[in-house]
Amino acid sequence: MATYTIQVNGKTHSVEAMEDMPLLWVLRDLLNLPGTKFGCGKALCGACTVHVNGNPVRSCSYPISAVGTGSVTTIEGLSEEGNHPVQQAWEKLVVPQCGYCQTGQIMTAVALLKQKPNPTDQEIDQAMQGNLCRCGTYNRIKAAIQLAASGKPVLP
Amino acid sequence: MKKTAPFYTNNIEQVESAIFNASRRDFLKLGSILSGGLILGVSFWSCDSSGKKTGTLSTTAYLSISDTGEVTIVAHRSEMGQGIRTSLPLVVADELGADWSKVKIIQAEGDEKKYGNQNTDGSFSIRMFYKPMREAGAIAKAMLLQAAAKAWGLPIEELDTENGQVIHKGSDKKAGFGEFAGAAASLTIPKAETVKLKEDNQFTLIGKGTPIIDLHDIVTGKAGFGSDARLEGMKIAVIKHCPVTGGTVKSVNDTKAKAIPGVLQVITIKGAGLPATLSKPISGVAVIAENTWAAIKGRDALEVEWDLGPNATYNSDEQIEALKKEITKEGTLRRNRGDFNAARAGAKKVIEHTYVAPYLAHATLEPPCALAVVKDGTCEIWAPTQNPQGARDAVANYIGLGADKVKVNITLLGGAFGRKSKPDFILEAAWLAKESGYPVKVQWTREDDIQHDYYHAMSVQHLVATIDANNQLSGWNHHIANPSIGATENAAALQPDDGELMLGASDYPYNVPAIKIETHDAKAHLRIGWLRSVRNIPQAFAICTMMDEVAEARGKDPIEQALELLGDDRNITFAEEMVNGGSYPNYGEDITNYPWNTGRMKAVIERVRKESGWGKKLPKGQGMGFAAHKSFLTYVACVVEVQVDAARKITINKVHYAVDCGLAVNTDRVKSQFEGGAQFSASLALKSAITVKNGIVEQTNFDGYQLIRMPESPKEIYVHIMERNDKPTGVGEPPVPPFTPALANAIYAATGKRVYELPIRI
Repeated sequence: MATYTIQVNGKTHSVEAMEDMPLLWVLRDLLNLPGTKFGCGKALCGACTVHVNGNPVRSCSYPISAVGTGSVTTIEGLSEEGNHPVQQAWEKLVVPQCGYCQTGQIMTAVALLKQKPNPTDQEIDQAMQGNLCRCGTYNRIKAAIQLAASGKPVLP
Repeated sequence: MKKTAPFYTNNIEQVESAIFNASRRDFLKLGSILSGGLILGVSFWSCDSSGKKTGTLSTTAYLSISDTGEVTIVAHRSEMGQGIRTSLPLVVADELGADWSKVKIIQAEGDEKKYGNQNTDGSFSIRMFYKPMREAGAIAKAMLLQAAAKAWGLPIEELDTENGQVIHKGSDKKAGFGEFAGAAASLTIPKAETVKLKEDNQFTLIGKGTPIIDLHDIVTGKAGFGSDARLEGMKIAVIKHCPVTGGTVKSVNDTKAKAIPGVLQVITIKGAGLPATLSKPISGVAVIAENTWAAIKGRDALEVEWDLGPNATYNSDEQIEALKKEITKEGTLRRNRGDFNAARAGAKKVIEHTYVAPYLAHATLEPPCALAVVKDGTCEIWAPTQNPQGARDAVANYIGLGADKVKVNITLLGGAFGRKSKPDFILEAAWLAKESGYPVKVQWTREDDIQHDYYHAMSVQHLVATIDANNQLSGWNHHIANPSIGATENAAALQPDDGELMLGASDYPYNVPAIKIETHDAKAHLRIGWLRSVRNIPQAFAICTMMDEVAEARGKDPIEQALELLGDDRNITFAEEMVNGGSYPNYGEDITNYPWNTGRMKAVIERVRKESGWGKKLPKGQGMGFAAHKSFLTYVACVVEVQVDAARKITINKVHYAVDCGLAVNTDRVKSQFEGGAQFSASLALKSAITVKNGIVEQTNFDGYQLIRMPESPKEIYVHIMERNDKPTGVGEPPVPPFTPALANAIYAATGKRVYELPIRI
């Protein structure tokens, strides 16, 4: 066990944890940020995606000891009012079904658009292939990314 | 044959609704704070097929209108992505004339006395509750209008409701529902048959596309799934389950586990043994810890010696190979028409093939999980469950409490597909909470989920089609073998029951003079359950690909052939051809109320032909495939357009569905179920298989048990909804069966290679 000081959603937190504890469980169990989901524990499904310094990481396989001074952003910290353009696009197209994977999908999509503001179909496929959706919302996810990329304001 | 599969037996009874004035106390228990106003319970009598009331009056849903005008509707079905928490309440709101943007929806706990049957599966929520929900809204509206007419001194005929207000049609006079809620509450409740329902053209919500109510919570991470349930002082349990079905714990060495910081207790869980049952847990050893990571590490450090039991020698490949030899022999006759043997003897051409499909796991993105607390002789649960009442009874039985001492709260379900209708993971939580004294959340890992599912059973089928001298399809012989769902409760069940056979086999609808359906023994060695559309998956795959092959052999277009063999527009039945005491359950509905109508099937086929541009010229390496399949009383036709490149890479360019589900209550959710259904089917068509070696499932996570991912998923999916005003039927499962054979037929059109085994390997 050791004490770690980490930055999450712009706030500093001090947590006691085993050094191999994945960031996912730090967020969910220790910091009570349940928007980041557990899906596989092996970086195979993307449900646990968060940003560390703006880059998407699979938090289920990212030990707390690796976070260091990195700035962590979770779905809870993506926007003040839940109105990030990607979230708005998701709502406009009613993307979710069960919704469980969607926060991970959104975090991956936001990171993609930061890197590539106008991604091609292939670039979207490439970026999103690590995120599974068992309900099968892939078509609407892709359309929502394209809508967010278009820069058109989508919610009144 | 005995009907055992609960996915249809639970809705075998018809329902008849009645509305009553619920006590305020009952409603307050649900968490709504009301200072006064109108509260209505909707209740159901269970009826037998003659319409005679059996059983007791039970409340199924509540609707309340407070004296501030707030409309609250209780959602009593489980939300797992199908949109039911939106689509049933909107029916109430439409008839009532409520302001949908202000309607508050609260989730009911599991309580059969209050809500009737809440088991959310079999695609029947809309089918069963559409009419009672309309009546509930209409009755509340009638009472508000009556109160308003008295208060205003106006004739009731001149009043209406709109956007949460009572309006006077002859003037600008209007007032919010809250003005009249108190007065309405003291009125006698009108009988449902005396209340006028809206005409279809008056609907403001029904038949349109309404976004799901949980949308904003989901995209902001605030939606509460089972895994998000949390209580003060809660501990986490992760379980080492016996790797072989029916095995038991022999001994445990927990020294290493207990040395891990955060690990608190190690507790053995008594499993069902064999038969594995639908309502008991698997034998295992749980590690309870301060957090999930400590529990996972503790679980991995356990040293457990198992008595693996008789399934430790089971190999799925061997069973499939053995069944392939048996399947061509004479089986148990289940449906018979005409003389198939004579048709075969007189055939000009005989086509026969064996079709194989593997075991499948549900792999819901949210692995099974449940939170339980046992205190002062009561147990309270929070769980993502499709079947809260089944869970409540099973918990009461397993930990030795009365059912009235057990409360099951339903969270959002992070995917379900039939998996979360079983209470095994909930029983684990209840047991561990009782034994440890802590509130305990059980968290299954993905490995637990993939290796300890209630699996969709593997399937071996053999089809023989005969073509006579006049180029007619003269005979159809379908042999079926799969471990039955019934075997999970009763080891003596070796063949599919009538309910499983009904799912796309005994309801073979085509005009063929000789039909013979036979079943064969297949012992179950895993826990067998039901997966979205159940036996329709392998049965539609075999039938719809064989029909394509028959059309080719006859020199016919497969769509023309389907239209021809469905024959004149009429209602068809199957029960009279079922033999050996068999029946045709028609998804629990009387076939006179929900007939199998060839005209409706032909109409969806015609529609998909037109919309897909069927028959258009495609470049080399591309092809279109067709399949039509009715399931869960909904008619579906599907055309898939595929491209196969030189490296045998399959690209699914387009999918067209035409669907007749009666009146489509929420068109956007009908579409989303079909979009997702195509993707779900694409997983099993191209990627997924569970195999078993020495009794142990060989796949453990999403590397071995693969699902479709975005780059290989169907690129464009078009859903064409027929404009009908018939009684609505479900859409959760019907998209899945026809996609896979349509894809297989498209691959044949593109490559000349037929598909006889899933997942497809070309």
